[in-house]
Amino acid sequence: MLQINDLHAEIDGKTILKGLSLTVNAGEIHAIMGPNGAGKSTLSYVLGGRPGYEVTGGSVTFNGTDLLALDPHERAATGLFLGFQYPVEIPGVSNLQFLREALNSQRAQRDQEPLTGGEFIKLAKEKAGLLKLDMEMLKRNVNVGFSGGEKKRNEMVQMGILDPAFAILDETDSGLDIDALKVVGEGINAIMRQPEKAVLLITHYQRLLDYVQPDFVHILSDGRIVKTGDAELARQLEAGGYDEVMAA
Amino acid sequence: MITNTPSTKLEEWRYADSKALDSFAPEAFEKTQKIAVQQSDTYRECLSFDSSGPLLHRVSIDLAKNARAEVFAVIAAGDYTRVELEVNLASGAHFEFGGITIGGGNAVREFVTRTIHNAPDATSNQTVRSVHWDEATGNFLGRIDVGREGQRTDAAQDFKALLLEKGAAANAKPELEIFADDVKCAHGAAIGQMDEMARFYMASRGLSPDIAKRLLVRAFIADALGELNDEAQQERLFDVALASLSEAAL
Repeated sequence: MLQINDLHAEIDGKTILKGLSLTVNAGEIHAIMGPNGAGKSTLSYVLGGRPGYEVTGGSVTFNGTDLLALDPHERAATGLFLGFQYPVEIPGVSNLQFLREALNSQRAQRDQEPLTGGEFIKLAKEKAGLLKLDMEMLKRNVNVGFSGGEKKRNEMVQMGILDPAFAILDETDSGLDIDALKVVGEGINAIMRQPEKAVLLITHYQRLLDYVQPDFVHILSDGRIVKTGDAELARQLEAGGYDEVMAA
Repeated sequence: MITNTPSTKLEEWRYADSKALDSFAPEAFEKTQKIAVQQSDTYRECLSFDSSGPLLHRVSIDLAKNARAEVFAVIAAGDYTRVELEVNLASGAHFEFGGITIGGGNAVREFVTRTIHNAPDATSNQTVRSVHWDEATGNFLGRIDVGREGQRTDAAQDFKALLLEKGAAANAKPELEIFADDVKCAHGAAIGQMDEMARFYMASRGLSPDIAKRLLVRAFIADALGELNDEAQQERLFDVALASLSEAAL
Protein backbone atom coordinates (compact mmCIF):
# COMPACT_ATOMS: atom_id res chain seq x y z
CA MET A 1 0.00 0.00 0.00
CA LEU A 2 2.67 2.49 1.08
CA GLN A 3 6.30 2.09 0.03
CA ILE A 4 8.85 4.54 1.35
CA ASN A 5 12.23 3.99 -0.23
CA ASP A 6 15.48 5.64 0.92
CA LEU A 7 13.70 8.89 1.79
CA HIS A 8 15.82 11.95 2.46
CA ALA A 9 14.27 15.23 3.56
CA GLU A 10 15.36 18.54 4.99
CA ILE A 11 13.91 21.66 6.59
CA ASP A 12 15.68 25.00 6.17
CA GLY A 13 18.74 23.20 4.82
CA LYS A 14 18.94 20.86 7.81
CA THR A 15 18.75 17.18 6.87
CA ILE A 16 16.25 15.32 9.07
CA LEU A 17 15.39 12.13 7.21
CA LYS A 18 18.49 10.26 6.10
CA GLY A 19 17.47 7.27 4.04
CA LEU A 20 14.24 6.05 5.59
CA SER A 21 12.66 2.94 4.08
CA LEU A 22 9.37 1.39 5.14
CA THR A 23 6.68 -0.76 3.57
CA VAL A 24 3.14 -0.85 4.93
CA ASN A 25 0.65 -3.34 3.50
CA ALA A 26 -3.13 -3.17 3.64
CA GLY A 27 -4.54 -4.56 6.88
CA GLU A 28 -1.44 -3.62 8.89
CA ILE A 29 -0.88 -1.25 11.77
CA HIS A 30 2.66 0.01 12.18
CA ALA A 31 3.91 1.94 15.18
CA ILE A 32 6.87 4.27 14.92
CA MET A 33 8.63 5.12 18.14
CA GLY A 34 11.82 6.99 18.68
CA PRO A 35 13.61 9.59 20.74
CA ASN A 36 12.85 13.29 20.47
CA GLY A 37 14.33 14.83 17.34
CA ALA A 38 14.57 11.49 15.50
CA GLY A 39 12.40 12.77 12.64
CA LYS A 40 9.00 11.22 13.49
CA SER A 41 6.93 14.37 12.96
CA THR A 42 9.04 15.28 9.93
CA LEU A 43 8.11 11.94 8.40
CA SER A 44 4.41 12.63 8.90
CA TYR A 45 4.70 16.15 7.46
CA VAL A 46 6.71 14.96 4.47
CA LEU A 47 4.09 12.31 3.73
CA GLY A 48 1.34 14.92 4.12
CA GLY A 49 3.18 17.40 1.89
CA ARG A 50 3.66 20.30 4.27
CA PRO A 51 5.31 23.28 2.52
CA GLY A 52 8.89 23.83 3.62
CA TYR A 53 9.63 20.12 4.07
CA GLU A 54 11.84 19.39 1.12
CA VAL A 55 12.41 15.89 -0.17
CA THR A 56 15.99 15.64 -1.40
CA GLY A 57 16.06 11.95 -2.29
CA GLY A 58 14.14 8.68 -2.38
CA SER A 59 10.55 7.90 -3.26
CA VAL A 60 7.14 7.36 -1.73
CA THR A 61 4.55 5.29 -3.57
CA PHE A 62 0.97 5.06 -2.34
CA ASN A 63 -1.21 2.45 -4.05
CA GLY A 64 1.04 2.70 -7.08
CA THR A 65 0.92 6.50 -7.25
CA ASP A 66 3.94 8.74 -6.78
CA LEU A 67 2.75 10.43 -3.59
CA LEU A 68 5.42 13.13 -3.62
CA ALA A 69 4.18 14.44 -6.98
CA LEU A 70 0.78 15.31 -5.50
CA ASP A 71 -0.33 18.46 -3.70
CA PRO A 72 -1.44 18.02 -0.08
CA HIS A 73 -5.17 18.15 -0.91
CA GLU A 74 -4.68 15.62 -3.71
CA ARG A 75 -2.92 13.28 -1.29
CA ALA A 76 -5.96 13.51 0.98
CA ALA A 77 -8.28 12.71 -1.93
CA THR A 78 -6.31 9.55 -2.73
CA GLY A 79 -7.11 8.33 0.78
CA LEU A 80 -4.32 9.64 2.99
CA PHE A 81 -5.18 11.16 6.36
CA LEU A 82 -2.77 13.02 8.61
CA GLY A 83 -3.71 13.27 12.29
CA PHE A 84 -1.91 16.30 13.70
CA GLN A 85 0.10 16.36 16.87
CA TYR A 86 -1.11 19.93 17.35
CA PRO A 87 -4.45 20.29 15.58
CA VAL A 88 -4.81 23.79 14.17
CA GLU A 89 -7.42 26.30 15.36
CA ILE A 90 -9.38 28.02 12.61
CA PRO A 91 -11.41 30.91 14.01
CA GLY A 92 -14.55 31.78 12.10
CA VAL A 93 -14.94 28.41 10.37
CA SER A 94 -17.28 25.88 11.96
CA ASN A 95 -16.20 22.27 12.25
CA LEU A 96 -19.24 21.03 10.37
CA GLN A 97 -18.82 23.48 7.52
CA PHE A 98 -15.10 22.72 7.33
CA LEU A 99 -15.63 18.95 7.24
CA ARG A 100 -18.46 19.05 4.77
CA GLU A 101 -16.41 21.23 2.42
CA ALA A 102 -13.42 18.91 2.92
CA LEU A 103 -15.38 15.73 2.29
CA ASN A 104 -17.12 17.12 -0.77
CA SER A 105 -13.86 18.57 -2.06
CA GLN A 106 -12.33 15.08 -1.79
CA ARG A 107 -15.38 13.52 -3.44
CA ALA A 108 -15.20 16.01 -6.30
CA GLN A 109 -11.55 15.09 -6.88
CA ARG A 110 -12.65 11.44 -7.05
CA ASP A 111 -15.53 12.28 -9.44
CA GLN A 112 -18.11 11.40 -6.80
CA GLU A 113 -21.36 13.25 -6.10
CA PRO A 114 -21.30 15.60 -3.10
CA LEU A 115 -23.15 14.57 0.06
CA THR A 116 -26.31 16.53 0.82
CA GLY A 117 -26.60 18.47 4.09
CA GLY A 118 -28.81 15.77 5.59
CA GLU A 119 -26.53 12.90 4.60
CA PHE A 120 -23.55 14.74 5.98
CA ILE A 121 -25.17 15.53 9.35
CA LYS A 122 -26.15 11.88 9.74
CA LEU A 123 -22.57 10.79 9.07
CA ALA A 124 -21.13 13.43 11.42
CA LYS A 125 -23.51 12.39 14.23
CA GLU A 126 -22.53 8.75 13.87
CA LYS A 127 -18.78 9.45 13.99
CA ALA A 128 -19.05 11.99 16.81
CA GLY A 129 -20.99 9.37 18.79
CA LEU A 130 -18.26 6.83 18.17
CA LEU A 131 -15.65 9.17 19.65
CA LYS A 132 -18.01 10.44 22.38
CA LEU A 133 -17.65 14.02 21.13
CA ASP A 134 -20.68 16.23 21.72
CA MET A 135 -22.36 17.31 18.46
CA GLU A 136 -22.33 20.84 19.91
CA MET A 137 -18.52 20.75 19.64
CA LEU A 138 -18.85 20.12 15.93
CA LYS A 139 -20.91 23.27 15.54
CA ARG A 140 -18.16 25.36 17.09
CA ASN A 141 -15.22 26.83 15.23
CA VAL A 142 -12.53 24.33 14.27
CA ASN A 143 -10.58 23.47 17.43
CA VAL A 144 -11.10 26.97 18.88
CA GLY A 145 -11.32 26.76 22.66
CA PHE A 146 -11.03 22.96 22.61
CA SER A 147 -8.95 21.28 25.30
CA GLY A 148 -5.98 19.18 24.19
CA GLY A 149 -8.04 16.00 24.53
CA GLU A 150 -11.01 17.44 22.66
CA LYS A 151 -8.75 18.46 19.79
CA LYS A 152 -7.41 14.92 19.48
CA ARG A 153 -10.89 13.40 19.61
CA ASN A 154 -11.95 15.91 16.99
CA GLU A 155 -9.09 14.66 14.80
CA MET A 156 -10.50 11.14 15.11
CA VAL A 157 -14.04 12.33 14.31
CA GLN A 158 -12.61 13.96 11.19
CA MET A 159 -10.88 10.71 10.32
CA GLY A 160 -14.14 8.84 10.76
CA ILE A 161 -16.03 11.22 8.50
CA LEU A 162 -13.36 11.36 5.80
CA ASP A 163 -12.89 7.56 5.96
CA PRO A 164 -9.31 7.37 4.61
CA ALA A 165 -7.56 4.22 3.40
CA PHE A 166 -4.36 5.17 5.18
CA ALA A 167 -3.92 7.18 8.37
CA ILE A 168 -0.73 8.68 9.73
CA LEU A 169 -1.40 9.58 13.34
CA ASP A 170 1.25 11.83 14.84
CA GLU A 171 1.20 11.51 18.63
CA THR A 172 -2.56 11.29 18.71
CA ASP A 173 -2.22 9.94 22.26
CA SER A 174 -0.34 12.90 23.70
CA GLY A 175 -2.46 15.16 25.87
CA LEU A 176 -5.11 12.51 26.46
CA ASP A 177 -6.24 11.34 29.89
CA ILE A 178 -6.66 7.61 30.48
CA ASP A 179 -10.38 7.50 29.63
CA ALA A 180 -9.94 9.59 26.49
CA LEU A 181 -7.01 7.41 25.43
CA LYS A 182 -9.29 4.37 25.55
CA VAL A 183 -12.00 6.13 23.53
CA VAL A 184 -9.47 7.27 20.92
CA GLY A 185 -7.86 3.82 20.77
CA GLU A 186 -11.22 2.16 20.22
CA GLY A 187 -12.06 4.82 17.64
CA ILE A 188 -8.90 4.05 15.68
CA ASN A 189 -9.75 0.34 15.74
CA ALA A 190 -13.36 0.90 14.67
CA ILE A 191 -12.45 3.24 11.81
CA MET A 192 -9.15 1.84 10.58
CA ARG A 193 -8.79 -1.81 11.66
CA GLN A 194 -9.98 -3.19 8.33
CA PRO A 195 -8.40 -5.48 5.75
CA GLU A 196 -8.22 -2.75 3.08
CA LYS A 197 -6.84 -0.04 5.38
CA ALA A 198 -3.59 0.66 7.16
CA VAL A 199 -2.24 2.91 9.90
CA LEU A 200 1.09 4.46 10.77
CA LEU A 201 1.00 5.35 14.46
CA ILE A 202 3.65 7.72 15.73
CA THR A 203 3.81 7.54 19.48
CA HIS A 204 6.06 7.92 22.50
CA TYR A 205 4.17 5.58 24.73
CA GLN A 206 3.33 1.92 25.00
CA ARG A 207 -0.08 2.79 26.49
CA LEU A 208 -1.87 3.55 23.21
CA LEU A 209 -0.52 0.28 21.82
CA ASP A 210 -2.42 -1.58 24.54
CA TYR A 211 -5.60 -0.48 22.78
CA VAL A 212 -4.37 -0.45 19.20
CA GLN A 213 -2.28 -3.58 18.75
CA PRO A 214 0.47 -2.91 16.21
CA ASP A 215 1.59 -5.59 13.78
CA PHE A 216 5.01 -3.97 13.54
CA VAL A 217 6.95 -1.60 15.76
CA HIS A 218 9.81 0.43 14.32
CA ILE A 219 12.40 2.52 16.08
CA LEU A 220 13.24 5.71 14.22
CA SER A 221 16.54 7.27 15.18
CA ASP A 222 18.53 10.00 13.48
CA GLY A 223 16.39 9.95 10.36
CA ARG A 224 16.38 6.19 9.73
CA ILE A 225 14.56 3.11 10.91
CA VAL A 226 17.14 1.32 12.99
CA LYS A 227 15.15 -1.56 14.42
CA THR A 228 11.91 -3.34 13.60
CA GLY A 229 9.99 -5.81 15.72
CA ASP A 230 6.52 -6.66 16.92
CA ALA A 231 4.50 -5.38 19.89
CA GLU A 232 7.10 -6.91 22.20
CA LEU A 233 9.64 -4.31 21.04
CA ALA A 234 7.43 -1.51 22.35
CA ARG A 235 7.23 -3.22 25.72
CA GLN A 236 11.02 -3.55 25.85
CA LEU A 237 11.32 0.16 25.06
CA GLU A 238 8.91 1.06 27.81
CA ALA A 239 10.93 -1.00 30.26
CA GLY A 240 14.48 -0.27 29.15
CA GLY A 241 14.49 2.97 27.17
CA TYR A 242 15.93 3.67 23.73
CA ASP A 243 19.63 3.49 24.58
CA GLU A 244 19.36 0.01 26.10
CA VAL A 245 17.15 -1.48 23.37
CA MET A 246 19.10 0.05 20.50
CA ALA A 247 22.41 -1.15 21.95
CA ALA A 248 21.08 -4.72 22.30
CA MET B 1 -15.19 72.50 2.17
CA ILE B 2 -12.79 71.42 -0.51
CA THR B 3 -12.93 73.45 -3.68
CA ASN B 4 -9.88 72.06 -5.41
CA THR B 5 -8.46 68.64 -5.90
CA PRO B 6 -7.03 67.69 -2.51
CA SER B 7 -3.32 67.04 -2.17
CA THR B 8 -1.99 63.84 -0.67
CA LYS B 9 0.01 66.13 1.61
CA LEU B 10 -3.19 66.58 3.60
CA GLU B 11 -3.48 64.09 6.45
CA GLU B 12 -6.88 62.75 5.47
CA TRP B 13 -5.73 62.18 1.89
CA ARG B 14 -2.24 60.93 2.56
CA TYR B 15 -2.81 57.36 1.36
CA ALA B 16 -5.06 58.28 -1.58
CA ASP B 17 -4.16 57.63 -5.19
CA SER B 18 -3.14 61.12 -6.40
CA LYS B 19 -3.46 60.17 -10.06
CA ALA B 20 -7.03 59.03 -9.51
CA LEU B 21 -7.77 62.25 -7.59
CA ASP B 22 -6.66 64.29 -10.60
CA SER B 23 -9.18 62.44 -12.74
CA PHE B 24 -12.13 63.71 -10.69
CA ALA B 25 -13.98 66.89 -11.60
CA PRO B 26 -13.60 69.44 -8.77
CA GLU B 27 -17.34 69.18 -7.98
CA ALA B 28 -16.87 65.55 -7.05
CA PHE B 29 -15.15 66.68 -3.86
CA GLU B 30 -18.16 68.72 -2.80
CA LYS B 31 -20.86 66.19 -3.42
CA THR B 32 -22.09 64.77 -0.13
CA GLN B 33 -25.17 62.75 0.56
CA LYS B 34 -26.87 64.15 3.67
CA ILE B 35 -28.94 61.98 5.92
CA ALA B 36 -30.84 62.98 9.05
CA VAL B 37 -32.07 60.26 11.36
CA GLN B 38 -34.90 61.31 13.64
CA GLN B 39 -35.09 60.70 17.36
CA SER B 40 -35.02 56.99 18.24
CA ASP B 41 -35.16 55.96 14.58
CA THR B 42 -32.78 53.48 12.99
CA TYR B 43 -31.17 54.04 9.63
CA ARG B 44 -29.42 51.18 7.88
CA GLU B 45 -27.47 51.21 4.65
CA CYS B 46 -25.60 48.39 2.94
CA LEU B 47 -23.24 49.68 0.28
CA SER B 48 -21.20 47.71 -2.19
CA PHE B 49 -18.77 48.99 -4.78
CA ASP B 50 -17.52 46.62 -7.44
CA SER B 51 -17.55 48.69 -10.62
CA SER B 52 -14.52 50.05 -12.42
CA GLY B 53 -13.42 53.66 -12.61
CA PRO B 54 -12.37 55.88 -9.68
CA LEU B 55 -15.15 56.69 -7.27
CA LEU B 56 -15.78 58.99 -4.33
CA HIS B 57 -18.72 58.34 -2.07
CA ARG B 58 -19.36 60.80 0.73
CA VAL B 59 -22.11 60.54 3.28
CA SER B 60 -22.87 62.81 6.20
CA ILE B 61 -25.25 61.51 8.84
CA ASP B 62 -26.90 63.48 11.64
CA LEU B 63 -28.19 61.30 14.42
CA ALA B 64 -30.86 62.80 16.69
CA LYS B 65 -31.24 61.75 20.31
CA ASN B 66 -31.17 57.95 20.72
CA ALA B 67 -31.13 57.45 16.97
CA ARG B 68 -29.05 54.71 15.39
CA ALA B 69 -27.17 54.47 12.12
CA GLU B 70 -25.78 51.24 10.74
CA VAL B 71 -23.60 51.42 7.68
CA PHE B 72 -22.03 48.34 6.10
CA ALA B 73 -19.88 48.72 3.03
CA VAL B 74 -17.77 46.54 0.79
CA ILE B 75 -15.23 48.11 -1.54
CA ALA B 76 -14.30 45.47 -4.11
CA ALA B 77 -13.96 47.85 -7.04
CA GLY B 78 -11.15 47.66 -9.56
CA ASP B 79 -10.06 51.28 -9.24
CA TYR B 80 -9.49 53.93 -6.61
CA THR B 81 -12.50 54.00 -4.35
CA ARG B 82 -12.95 56.18 -1.30
CA VAL B 83 -15.91 56.04 1.03
CA GLU B 84 -16.15 58.91 3.50
CA LEU B 85 -18.55 58.93 6.38
CA GLU B 86 -19.12 61.80 8.74
CA VAL B 87 -21.41 61.10 11.63
CA ASN B 88 -22.72 63.54 14.21
CA LEU B 89 -24.15 61.89 17.28
CA ALA B 90 -26.70 63.47 19.63
CA SER B 91 -27.03 62.11 23.15
CA GLY B 92 -27.66 58.39 23.43
CA ALA B 93 -27.18 57.85 19.69
CA HIS B 94 -25.24 54.93 18.23
CA PHE B 95 -23.20 54.60 15.05
CA GLU B 96 -22.30 51.13 13.81
CA PHE B 97 -19.92 50.72 10.91
CA GLY B 98 -18.63 47.59 9.24
CA GLY B 99 -16.32 48.02 6.29
CA ILE B 100 -14.48 45.63 3.98
CA THR B 101 -11.88 46.50 1.38
CA ILE B 102 -10.83 43.62 -0.80
CA GLY B 103 -9.02 43.26 -4.09
CA GLY B 104 -5.88 43.11 -6.14
CA GLY B 105 -4.42 45.11 -9.02
CA ASN B 106 -2.81 48.34 -7.93
CA ALA B 107 -5.92 50.13 -6.71
CA VAL B 108 -6.24 51.99 -3.44
CA ARG B 109 -9.46 51.30 -1.58
CA GLU B 110 -10.20 53.33 1.52
CA PHE B 111 -12.62 54.20 4.24
CA VAL B 112 -12.37 57.57 5.90
CA THR B 113 -14.64 58.17 8.83
CA ARG B 114 -15.16 61.09 11.14
CA THR B 115 -17.24 60.38 14.17
CA ILE B 116 -18.29 63.40 16.18
CA HIS B 117 -19.31 62.80 19.76
CA ASN B 118 -20.44 66.23 20.88
CA ALA B 119 -23.21 65.02 23.15
CA PRO B 120 -23.21 62.71 26.18
CA ASP B 121 -23.88 58.96 26.28
CA ALA B 122 -23.45 58.28 22.59
CA THR B 123 -21.65 55.20 21.35
CA SER B 124 -19.93 54.15 18.15
CA ASN B 125 -18.40 50.93 16.93
CA GLN B 126 -16.36 50.59 13.75
CA THR B 127 -14.91 47.36 12.37
CA VAL B 128 -12.90 47.32 9.16
CA ARG B 129 -11.29 44.32 7.48
CA SER B 130 -8.98 44.58 4.47
CA VAL B 131 -7.85 41.72 2.25
CA HIS B 132 -5.42 42.54 -0.56
CA TRP B 133 -3.05 41.00 -3.05
CA ASP B 134 -0.95 42.14 -6.05
CA GLU B 135 0.06 45.76 -5.43
CA ALA B 136 -3.25 46.78 -3.90
CA THR B 137 -3.71 48.96 -0.82
CA GLY B 138 -6.48 49.11 1.77
CA ASN B 139 -6.83 52.02 4.19
CA PHE B 140 -8.89 52.95 7.19
CA LEU B 141 -8.57 56.49 8.44
CA GLY B 142 -10.80 56.87 11.43
CA ARG B 143 -11.06 60.15 13.24
CA ILE B 144 -13.02 60.45 16.45
CA ASP B 145 -13.76 63.86 17.93
CA VAL B 146 -15.11 63.90 21.44
CA GLY B 147 -16.11 67.41 22.42
CA ARG B 148 -16.45 68.82 25.94
CA GLU B 149 -20.07 67.76 26.09
CA GLY B 150 -19.32 64.21 25.01
CA GLN B 151 -19.21 62.68 28.48
CA ARG B 152 -19.56 58.91 28.77
CA THR B 153 -18.79 58.47 25.11
CA ASP B 154 -17.94 54.87 24.22
CA ALA B 155 -16.22 54.75 20.85
CA ALA B 156 -14.42 51.74 19.42
CA GLN B 157 -12.43 51.15 16.25
CA ASP B 158 -10.97 47.90 15.11
CA PHE B 159 -8.94 47.36 11.95
CA LYS B 160 -7.35 44.18 10.68
CA ALA B 161 -5.71 43.53 7.34
CA LEU B 162 -4.82 40.28 5.64
CA LEU B 163 -2.18 40.62 2.94
CA LEU B 164 -2.14 37.61 0.64
CA GLU B 165 0.95 38.58 -1.32
CA LYS B 166 4.11 40.60 -0.95
CA GLY B 167 3.49 43.99 -2.51
CA ALA B 168 0.03 44.49 -1.07
CA ALA B 169 -0.28 47.09 1.67
CA ALA B 170 -2.62 48.34 4.36
CA ASN B 171 -2.69 51.54 6.36
CA ALA B 172 -4.56 52.23 9.54
CA LYS B 173 -4.74 55.70 10.97
CA PRO B 174 -6.83 56.15 14.06
CA GLU B 175 -7.02 59.75 15.19
CA LEU B 176 -8.60 60.62 18.49
CA GLU B 177 -9.29 64.13 19.77
CA ILE B 178 -10.84 64.04 23.16
CA PHE B 179 -11.91 67.02 25.25
CA ALA B 180 -14.24 65.29 27.70
CA ASP B 181 -12.85 63.48 30.74
CA ASP B 182 -15.20 60.51 31.13
CA VAL B 183 -14.69 58.72 27.84
CA LYS B 184 -13.95 55.23 26.58
CA CYS B 185 -12.16 55.08 23.24
CA ALA B 186 -10.67 51.78 22.15
CA HIS B 187 -8.82 51.22 18.95
CA GLY B 188 -6.82 48.35 17.58
CA ALA B 189 -5.03 47.62 14.34
CA ALA B 190 -3.25 44.52 13.09
CA ILE B 191 -1.81 43.54 9.75
CA GLY B 192 -0.95 39.94 8.98
CA GLN B 193 -0.66 37.20 6.43
CA MET B 194 -2.58 34.02 5.77
CA ASP B 195 -1.95 31.40 8.43
CA GLU B 196 0.18 28.85 6.56
CA MET B 197 -0.44 26.14 9.12
CA ALA B 198 -4.20 26.60 8.79
CA ARG B 199 -3.88 26.32 5.02
CA PHE B 200 -1.87 23.11 5.30
CA TYR B 201 -4.30 21.71 7.86
CA MET B 202 -7.20 22.39 5.52
CA ALA B 203 -5.34 20.93 2.54
CA SER B 204 -4.52 17.81 4.55
CA ARG B 205 -8.27 17.28 4.91
CA GLY B 206 -8.71 17.48 1.15
CA LEU B 207 -9.78 21.10 0.74
CA SER B 208 -8.46 22.52 -2.49
CA PRO B 209 -6.36 25.68 -2.01
CA ASP B 210 -9.02 27.97 -3.52
CA ILE B 211 -11.79 26.66 -1.27
CA ALA B 212 -9.51 26.84 1.77
CA LYS B 213 -8.57 30.40 0.90
CA ARG B 214 -12.21 31.35 0.43
CA LEU B 215 -13.18 29.88 3.81
CA LEU B 216 -10.31 31.64 5.58
CA VAL B 217 -10.97 34.99 3.92
CA ARG B 218 -14.69 34.73 4.60
CA ALA B 219 -13.96 34.01 8.26
CA PHE B 220 -11.58 36.96 8.38
CA ILE B 221 -13.98 39.53 6.92
CA ALA B 222 -16.98 38.16 8.82
CA ASP B 223 -16.20 40.39 11.83
CA ALA B 224 -17.09 43.45 9.77
CA LEU B 225 -20.58 42.11 9.08
CA GLY B 226 -21.19 40.59 12.49
CA GLU B 227 -23.57 43.35 13.58
CA LEU B 228 -25.58 43.28 10.36
CA ASN B 229 -28.85 41.74 11.39
CA ASP B 230 -30.12 40.85 7.94
CA GLU B 231 -28.98 37.54 6.58
CA ALA B 232 -29.86 38.26 2.94
CA GLN B 233 -27.91 41.53 2.94
CA GLN B 234 -25.06 39.84 4.76
CA GLU B 235 -24.83 37.13 2.10
CA ARG B 236 -25.05 39.71 -0.66
CA LEU B 237 -22.10 41.64 0.79
CA PHE B 238 -20.12 38.42 1.29
CA ASP B 239 -20.78 37.52 -2.34
CA VAL B 240 -19.55 40.89 -3.60
CA ALA B 241 -16.44 40.63 -1.45
CA LEU B 242 -15.59 37.05 -2.33
CA ALA B 243 -16.32 37.36 -6.05
CA SER B 244 -13.11 39.29 -6.62
CA LEU B 245 -11.17 36.66 -4.70
CA SER B 246 -12.24 33.82 -6.96
CA GLU B 247 -10.95 35.74 -9.98
CA ALA B 248 -7.57 36.31 -8.36
CA ALA B 249 -4.68 34.13 -9.45
CA LEU B 250 -3.04 33.44 -6.14
